[in-house]
Amino acid sequence: MLAKRIIPCLDVTDGRVVKGVNFLELRDAGDPVEIAKRYDDQGADELTFLDITASSDNRGLILHIIEQVASQVFIPLTVGGGVREVEDVRRLLNAGADKVSINTTAVLNPQMVADAAQRFGSQCIVVAIDAKKVDNQPFEWEVFTHGGRKATGLDAVKWAQHMASLGAGELLITSMDRDGTKIGFNNPLNKAISDAVEVPIIASGGVGNLQHLVDGVKLGGADAVLAASIFHYGEYTVKQAKQYMAQQGIEVRL
Amino acid sequence: MKNTDIAVVDYGMGNLCSVAKALEHVAPGKSVVISSNPDEIASASRVVFPGQGAMPDCMRELDARGLRAAVLEAANNKPFLGICIGLQMLFEHSEEGNAAGLGLFKGQVRRFATADMHDRHGDKLKVPHMGWNQVYQSRDQGRAPHALWQGIEDGARFYYVHSYYVQPEELSLVAGYSEYPNSFTSAIAKNNLFAVQFHPEKSASAGLQMLSNFVNWLP
Repeated sequence: MLAKRIIPCLDVTDGRVVKGVNFLELRDAGDPVEIAKRYDDQGADELTFLDITASSDNRGLILHIIEQVASQVFIPLTVGGGVREVEDVRRLLNAGADKVSINTTAVLNPQMVADAAQRFGSQCIVVAIDAKKVDNQPFEWEVFTHGGRKATGLDAVKWAQHMASLGAGELLITSMDRDGTKIGFNNPLNKAISDAVEVPIIASGGVGNLQHLVDGVKLGGADAVLAASIFHYGEYTVKQAKQYMAQQGIEVRL
Repeated sequence: MKNTDIAVVDYGMGNLCSVAKALEHVAPGKSVVISSNPDEIASASRVVFPGQGAMPDCMRELDARGLRAAVLEAANNKPFLGICIGLQMLFEHSEEGNAAGLGLFKGQVRRFATADMHDRHGDKLKVPHMGWNQVYQSRDQGRAPHALWQGIEDGARFYYVHSYYVQPEELSLVAGYSEYPNSFTSAIAKNNLFAVQFHPEKSASAGLQMLSNFVNWLP
């Protein structure tokens, strides 16, 4: 039976892994290659690198990091952040990424998602959706861009369906209300999207304990769960997370 | 010029770096080249035939580079490992874009049904089939498992990402299978050829063991 995946996420800026709260207050969490190897040893199913480097001068650093990680870690690697054109996708794949995650650009230029999927295959195109609960719209969750600062007017559930129809092979759903809060995933949001699309979804944003991972699968219908801080600061290992999920009856790779 | 030990066939589709990096990792000291040169592929001792994306595009690009003959020659004569679309292309025909394959084996490439697929916990099964699934090794009539399964537990998990699977006519080809939710062929073997639907280059220790078995395989 297919296992539910656990994906540690590494936010990278200027060549280092960092972690913030609600996309702010960044703290240094260590060397990307060392952290990637540690997670691989613990049994992580995939790794996601999110390049949050603000200045374009240092953007090339992520390619170097991915090259290093890909020659030492043999599990799928996803890279996102600042992916603007098909050429960016090509560069990341050539550096050793297996999937590329597209966020703001998907909203500004949806055709780019279609073009990238057409050229490299849906299997390597992940669309990241940052959603927030709103009360000024005829729908419940709105898509935000630019790290959660800009509202788009788009319904997150309809947007997810549209992205899958353009060729996204997977969707990474981040609840902006939950990110960094440690109160758990936004399961109603994830469930609404998971039920509406055929492609796998990754739940992200808000994990504070291992029960949250279980709830993400059982209540949120997630095919994979993504977490950062609970792993970076050594609160739990990936292995402990998997053992706990297995005890709760979830199929995992142990 | 020293002959290449392992050639990874490059026909412009998808990311071959992962495959080459994993082979270099398990075979230090052996030369691994990513090649779109038919002569180089013909002279290599072993050939890996990967593939990503859509099969019709893969077939078109393979022919555009004049690689069909070199791939068929390798598949018939030397240790050959097909991966993902590199497995699917060996068959006659795919439902994906109604495309003809290389026709080395009789059979079809079919898409997973999308409606009403559920696992035994009642969870909706998504397409693509993405993630780590168990691979069961064919051990018919008390035969020993294939050399490429050596050191790999029966039912070990490998990483998959695909929406189509092969349906060989010749059941003796089947070297391994997985379930999603129905059983499908995930590995085939014949003489010097082995081909898998999953990605050994992304399947951690089990995958590296398979690649190591391949580079040492003497069929």
